[in-house]
Amino acid sequence: MKINLPEKTRMKKDGVILIAEDDDTHFELIKNSLQRTGILNDMVRFENGQQLLDFLFETSDGPKSLPNKEYLLILDLKLPGVDGIQILEKINQDTDLKKIPVIILTAVDEPNTIKLCHKLGCSVYIVKPVGHESFVDAVKKIGLFLSVVETPMISKTE
Amino acid sequence: MKKEPVILIAEDDRGHFELIKRNLWLNCVNNEILHFSDGQEILDFLFQRGNGGKREKNCSYILLLDIRMPKIDGREVLQQIKQHEELKTIPVIMLTTTTEVSEINQCYEMGCSFYMVKPINYNKFMGAVENLGAFLSLDGVRVPPINGQNQ
Repeated sequence: MKINLPEKTRMKKDGVILIAEDDDTHFELIKNSLQRTGILNDMVRFENGQQLLDFLFETSDGPKSLPNKEYLLILDLKLPGVDGIQILEKINQDTDLKKIPVIILTAVDEPNTIKLCHKLGCSVYIVKPVGHESFVDAVKKIGLFLSVVETPMISKTE
Repeated sequence: MKKEPVILIAEDDRGHFELIKRNLWLNCVNNEILHFSDGQEILDFLFQRGNGGKREKNCSYILLLDIRMPKIDGREVLQQIKQHEELKTIPVIMLTTTTEVSEINQCYEMGCSFYMVKPINYNKFMGAVENLGAFLSLDGVRVPPINGQNQ
Protein backbone atom coordinates (compact mmCIF):
# COMPACT_ATOMS: atom_id res chain seq x y z
CA MET A 1 0.00 0.00 0.00
CA LYS A 2 1.18 3.47 -0.87
CA ILE A 3 2.01 5.61 2.12
CA ASN A 4 1.33 9.26 1.58
CA LEU A 5 2.26 11.63 4.35
CA PRO A 6 2.22 15.28 3.46
CA GLU A 7 4.54 16.72 6.09
CA LYS A 8 2.41 19.61 7.24
CA THR A 9 -0.83 17.71 7.56
CA ARG A 10 0.38 15.13 10.03
CA MET A 11 -1.83 14.78 13.11
CA LYS A 12 -0.69 17.46 15.51
CA LYS A 13 2.11 15.96 17.47
CA ASP A 14 0.90 17.16 20.83
CA GLY A 15 -2.40 15.33 20.44
CA VAL A 16 -2.53 12.15 22.50
CA ILE A 17 -4.02 8.90 21.25
CA LEU A 18 -5.81 6.96 23.97
CA ILE A 19 -6.12 3.26 23.26
CA ALA A 20 -8.55 1.20 25.35
CA GLU A 21 -7.73 -2.38 24.47
CA ASP A 22 -7.46 -5.32 26.86
CA ASP A 23 -5.74 -7.68 24.43
CA ASP A 24 -1.93 -7.27 24.53
CA THR A 25 -1.38 -8.53 20.99
CA HIS A 26 -4.03 -6.25 19.57
CA PHE A 27 -2.68 -3.25 21.44
CA GLU A 28 0.87 -3.86 20.18
CA LEU A 29 -0.40 -4.31 16.66
CA ILE A 30 -2.40 -1.08 16.78
CA LYS A 31 0.46 0.93 18.26
CA ASN A 32 3.10 -0.43 15.89
CA SER A 33 0.97 -0.10 12.78
CA LEU A 34 0.07 3.51 13.61
CA GLN A 35 3.71 4.33 14.22
CA ARG A 36 4.69 2.76 10.93
CA THR A 37 2.41 5.16 9.09
CA GLY A 38 4.22 8.05 10.75
CA ILE A 39 1.88 8.70 13.67
CA LEU A 40 4.38 9.88 16.25
CA ASN A 41 1.91 11.08 18.84
CA ASP A 42 2.01 9.90 22.41
CA MET A 43 -0.15 6.87 22.98
CA VAL A 44 -1.62 5.87 26.32
CA ARG A 45 -3.02 2.40 26.85
CA PHE A 46 -5.89 1.37 29.11
CA GLU A 47 -6.40 -2.30 29.83
CA ASN A 48 -9.88 -1.91 31.21
CA GLY A 49 -12.76 0.53 31.16
CA GLN A 50 -12.33 1.80 34.71
CA GLN A 51 -8.73 2.86 34.03
CA LEU A 52 -9.90 4.91 31.09
CA LEU A 53 -12.74 6.53 33.04
CA ASP A 54 -10.37 7.35 35.90
CA PHE A 55 -8.08 9.00 33.41
CA LEU A 56 -10.78 11.00 31.67
CA PHE A 57 -12.76 11.98 34.75
CA GLU A 58 -9.76 12.28 37.08
CA THR A 59 -11.28 9.96 39.61
CA SER A 60 -8.18 8.22 40.94
CA ASP A 61 -4.56 8.88 41.86
CA GLY A 62 -3.37 7.38 38.60
CA PRO A 63 -2.56 9.29 35.41
CA LYS A 64 -5.07 12.00 34.53
CA SER A 65 -6.06 13.81 31.40
CA LEU A 66 -4.83 17.38 31.10
CA PRO A 67 -6.78 20.51 30.24
CA ASN A 68 -6.12 22.24 26.92
CA LYS A 69 -4.84 19.08 25.42
CA GLU A 70 -6.02 17.25 22.33
CA TYR A 71 -7.14 13.64 22.56
CA LEU A 72 -8.43 10.97 20.28
CA LEU A 73 -9.73 7.65 21.55
CA ILE A 74 -9.53 4.21 19.99
CA LEU A 75 -12.04 2.13 21.91
CA ASP A 76 -12.59 -1.61 22.05
CA LEU A 77 -16.12 -2.56 23.11
CA LYS A 78 -15.46 -5.74 25.06
CA LEU A 79 -13.42 -4.54 27.97
CA PRO A 80 -13.26 -6.09 31.42
CA GLY A 81 -15.38 -4.30 34.03
CA VAL A 82 -16.85 -1.18 32.46
CA ASP A 83 -17.44 -1.93 28.79
CA GLY A 84 -17.06 0.31 25.75
CA ILE A 85 -20.73 1.23 25.48
CA GLN A 86 -20.83 2.43 29.09
CA ILE A 87 -17.70 4.49 28.45
CA LEU A 88 -19.22 6.01 25.34
CA GLU A 89 -22.34 6.92 27.34
CA LYS A 90 -20.29 8.65 30.02
CA ILE A 91 -18.18 10.56 27.49
CA ASN A 92 -21.30 11.59 25.59
CA GLN A 93 -22.83 13.07 28.75
CA ASP A 94 -19.85 15.32 29.42
CA THR A 95 -19.83 18.65 27.56
CA ASP A 96 -16.08 18.75 27.12
CA LEU A 97 -15.19 15.11 26.74
CA LYS A 98 -17.88 14.52 24.13
CA LYS A 99 -15.77 16.48 21.66
CA ILE A 100 -13.12 13.74 21.67
CA PRO A 101 -13.23 11.78 18.42
CA VAL A 102 -13.91 8.14 19.28
CA ILE A 103 -13.00 5.36 16.90
CA ILE A 104 -14.70 2.12 17.88
CA LEU A 105 -12.42 -0.75 16.91
CA THR A 106 -14.04 -4.01 17.86
CA ALA A 107 -14.78 -7.59 16.89
CA VAL A 108 -18.49 -6.98 17.50
CA ASP A 109 -20.32 -6.79 14.17
CA GLU A 110 -23.93 -6.45 15.20
CA PRO A 111 -26.42 -3.87 13.76
CA ASN A 112 -27.98 -2.86 17.09
CA THR A 113 -24.59 -2.22 18.67
CA ILE A 114 -23.48 -0.27 15.60
CA LYS A 115 -26.59 1.89 15.76
CA LEU A 116 -26.29 2.43 19.50
CA CYS A 117 -22.65 3.53 19.26
CA HIS A 118 -23.56 6.08 16.60
CA LYS A 119 -26.45 7.35 18.70
CA LEU A 120 -23.96 7.76 21.54
CA GLY A 121 -21.77 9.87 19.31
CA CYS A 122 -18.92 7.63 18.19
CA SER A 123 -17.02 9.13 15.25
CA VAL A 124 -16.68 5.94 13.32
CA TYR A 125 -17.26 2.24 13.92
CA ILE A 126 -14.76 -0.20 12.53
CA VAL A 127 -14.90 -3.97 12.79
CA LYS A 128 -11.51 -5.57 13.42
CA PRO A 129 -10.59 -7.69 10.44
CA VAL A 130 -9.83 -11.33 11.09
CA GLY A 131 -6.20 -12.26 10.44
CA HIS A 132 -2.99 -10.47 11.30
CA GLU A 133 -2.22 -9.04 7.84
CA SER A 134 -5.60 -7.47 7.26
CA PHE A 135 -5.69 -6.09 10.79
CA VAL A 136 -2.32 -4.40 10.23
CA ASP A 137 -3.52 -3.07 6.88
CA ALA A 138 -6.70 -1.66 8.42
CA VAL A 139 -4.85 0.11 11.23
CA LYS A 140 -2.42 1.59 8.71
CA LYS A 141 -5.35 3.06 6.81
CA ILE A 142 -6.71 4.49 10.04
CA GLY A 143 -3.25 5.97 10.66
CA LEU A 144 -3.14 7.56 7.21
CA PHE A 145 -6.47 9.19 7.89
CA LEU A 146 -5.45 10.37 11.36
CA SER A 147 -2.45 12.06 9.79
CA VAL A 148 -4.77 14.49 7.98
CA VAL A 149 -7.32 15.03 10.74
CA GLU A 150 -7.51 17.96 13.15
CA THR A 151 -8.42 17.15 16.75
CA PRO A 152 -10.35 19.34 19.20
CA MET A 153 -8.93 20.93 22.30
CA ILE A 154 -10.47 19.62 25.50
CA SER A 155 -10.78 22.57 27.85
CA LYS A 156 -12.49 20.97 30.86
CA THR A 157 -14.78 23.06 32.92
CA GLU A 158 -13.92 22.84 36.57
CA MET B 1 -26.39 -3.57 -5.84
CA LYS B 2 -24.92 -0.22 -4.90
CA LYS B 3 -22.30 -0.20 -2.26
CA GLU B 4 -23.19 1.54 0.96
CA PRO B 5 -22.68 3.78 2.77
CA VAL B 6 -23.46 6.29 0.06
CA ILE B 7 -20.95 9.12 0.25
CA LEU B 8 -22.59 12.54 0.21
CA ILE B 9 -20.31 15.43 -0.67
CA ALA B 10 -21.56 18.94 0.08
CA GLU B 11 -19.10 21.22 -1.69
CA ASP B 12 -19.87 24.39 -3.61
CA ASP B 13 -16.66 24.30 -5.63
CA ARG B 14 -17.42 21.94 -8.54
CA GLY B 15 -13.71 21.54 -9.31
CA HIS B 16 -12.95 20.46 -5.75
CA PHE B 17 -15.82 18.02 -5.85
CA GLU B 18 -14.58 16.42 -9.07
CA LEU B 19 -11.06 16.12 -7.64
CA ILE B 20 -12.33 14.55 -4.46
CA LYS B 21 -14.57 12.11 -6.29
CA ARG B 22 -11.90 11.03 -8.75
CA ASN B 23 -9.37 10.59 -5.99
CA LEU B 24 -11.72 8.53 -3.87
CA TRP B 25 -12.40 6.28 -6.84
CA LEU B 26 -8.69 5.93 -7.51
CA ASN B 27 -8.33 4.81 -3.92
CA CYS B 28 -10.76 1.95 -4.23
CA VAL B 29 -13.73 3.72 -2.73
CA ASN B 30 -16.46 2.04 -4.78
CA ASN B 31 -19.37 3.57 -2.94
CA GLU B 32 -21.97 5.63 -4.69
CA ILE B 33 -21.05 9.33 -4.48
CA LEU B 34 -23.62 12.16 -4.59
CA HIS B 35 -22.89 15.85 -4.97
CA PHE B 36 -24.65 18.82 -3.32
CA SER B 37 -23.60 22.34 -4.15
CA ASP B 38 -24.95 24.18 -1.13
CA GLY B 39 -26.29 23.66 2.38
CA GLN B 40 -29.91 23.89 1.30
CA GLU B 41 -29.54 21.05 -1.20
CA ILE B 42 -28.04 18.64 1.29
CA LEU B 43 -30.62 19.44 3.97
CA ASP B 44 -33.48 19.03 1.47
CA PHE B 45 -32.05 15.65 0.50
CA LEU B 46 -31.66 14.42 4.07
CA PHE B 47 -34.90 15.86 5.40
CA GLN B 48 -36.74 14.70 2.26
CA ARG B 49 -38.02 18.13 1.26
CA GLY B 50 -38.23 20.09 -1.98
CA ASN B 51 -38.27 18.84 -5.55
CA GLY B 52 -34.76 17.44 -5.82
CA GLY B 53 -33.46 13.97 -4.96
CA LYS B 54 -34.24 12.63 -1.53
CA ARG B 55 -32.60 10.08 0.68
CA GLU B 56 -33.92 6.57 0.62
CA LYS B 57 -35.29 4.74 3.60
CA ASN B 58 -32.96 2.21 5.24
CA CYS B 59 -29.93 3.42 3.37
CA SER B 60 -26.69 4.39 5.12
CA TYR B 61 -24.74 7.56 4.45
CA ILE B 62 -21.48 9.31 5.23
CA LEU B 63 -21.31 13.05 4.69
CA LEU B 64 -18.25 15.05 3.64
CA LEU B 65 -19.16 18.62 4.48
CA ASP B 66 -17.59 21.90 3.45
CA ILE B 67 -18.16 24.85 5.80
CA ARG B 68 -18.25 27.85 3.48
CA MET B 69 -21.21 27.28 1.20
CA PRO B 70 -23.94 29.49 -0.23
CA LYS B 71 -27.45 29.69 1.28
CA ILE B 72 -26.84 27.58 4.39
CA ASP B 73 -23.31 27.03 5.61
CA GLY B 74 -21.82 23.76 6.78
CA ARG B 75 -21.98 24.68 10.43
CA GLU B 76 -25.76 25.07 10.23
CA VAL B 77 -26.08 21.84 8.25
CA LEU B 78 -24.07 19.98 10.89
CA GLN B 79 -26.19 21.41 13.67
CA GLN B 80 -29.49 20.43 12.04
CA ILE B 81 -28.28 16.90 11.33
CA LYS B 82 -26.96 16.35 14.83
CA GLN B 83 -30.15 17.63 16.45
CA HIS B 84 -32.28 15.19 14.51
CA GLU B 85 -32.98 11.90 16.27
CA GLU B 86 -32.45 9.68 13.21
CA LEU B 87 -30.05 11.72 11.07
CA LYS B 88 -27.62 12.29 13.92
CA THR B 89 -26.13 8.83 13.43
CA ILE B 90 -24.69 9.88 10.06
CA PRO B 91 -20.93 10.29 10.37
CA VAL B 92 -20.04 13.80 9.22
CA ILE B 93 -16.48 14.58 8.17
CA MET B 94 -15.80 18.31 7.83
CA LEU B 95 -13.65 19.01 4.79
CA THR B 96 -12.82 22.66 4.72
CA THR B 97 -10.18 25.33 4.21
CA THR B 98 -10.81 26.91 7.61
CA THR B 99 -8.00 26.20 10.05
CA GLU B 100 -9.19 28.27 13.00
CA VAL B 101 -8.99 26.43 16.30
CA SER B 102 -12.34 27.83 17.45
CA GLU B 103 -14.01 26.55 14.28
CA ILE B 104 -12.50 23.10 14.78
CA ASN B 105 -13.65 23.00 18.40
CA GLN B 106 -17.15 24.17 17.56
CA CYS B 107 -17.64 21.53 14.90
CA TYR B 108 -16.55 18.79 17.29
CA GLU B 109 -18.84 20.25 19.93
CA MET B 110 -21.75 20.01 17.51
CA GLY B 111 -20.88 16.39 16.84
CA CYS B 112 -18.84 16.10 13.66
CA SER B 113 -16.92 12.83 13.45
CA PHE B 114 -13.71 14.34 12.14
CA TYR B 115 -12.43 17.67 10.90
CA MET B 116 -10.08 17.73 7.92
CA VAL B 117 -8.41 20.79 6.49
CA LYS B 118 -8.13 21.03 2.70
CA PRO B 119 -4.54 21.96 2.03
CA ILE B 120 -4.25 24.84 -0.45
CA ASN B 121 -1.38 23.18 -2.30
CA TYR B 122 -2.75 20.87 -5.01
CA ASN B 123 -0.50 17.90 -4.31
CA LYS B 124 -1.11 18.11 -0.60
CA PHE B 125 -4.82 18.32 -1.20
CA MET B 126 -4.66 15.19 -3.31
CA GLY B 127 -2.54 13.49 -0.66
CA ALA B 128 -5.09 14.32 2.01
CA VAL B 129 -7.99 13.03 -0.09
CA GLU B 130 -5.98 9.88 -0.83
CA ASN B 131 -5.61 9.28 2.90
CA LEU B 132 -9.31 9.90 3.40
CA GLY B 133 -9.96 7.41 0.60
CA ALA B 134 -7.79 4.77 2.27
CA PHE B 135 -9.93 5.18 5.36
CA LEU B 136 -13.30 5.14 3.61
CA SER B 137 -12.31 2.05 1.63
CA LEU B 138 -11.85 0.04 4.84
CA ASP B 139 -14.04 -3.07 4.73
CA GLY B 140 -14.69 -2.87 8.44
CA VAL B 141 -16.37 0.54 8.50
CA ARG B 142 -19.98 0.16 9.65
CA VAL B 143 -22.60 2.86 9.34
CA PRO B 144 -26.17 2.30 10.55
CA PRO B 145 -29.02 2.74 8.05
CA ILE B 146 -31.32 5.72 8.48
CA ASN B 147 -34.98 4.83 8.91
CA GLY B 148 -37.76 7.33 9.29
CA GLN B 149 -40.61 8.28 7.05
CA ASN B 150 -40.31 7.94 3.34
CA GLN B 151 -42.36 10.10 1.04
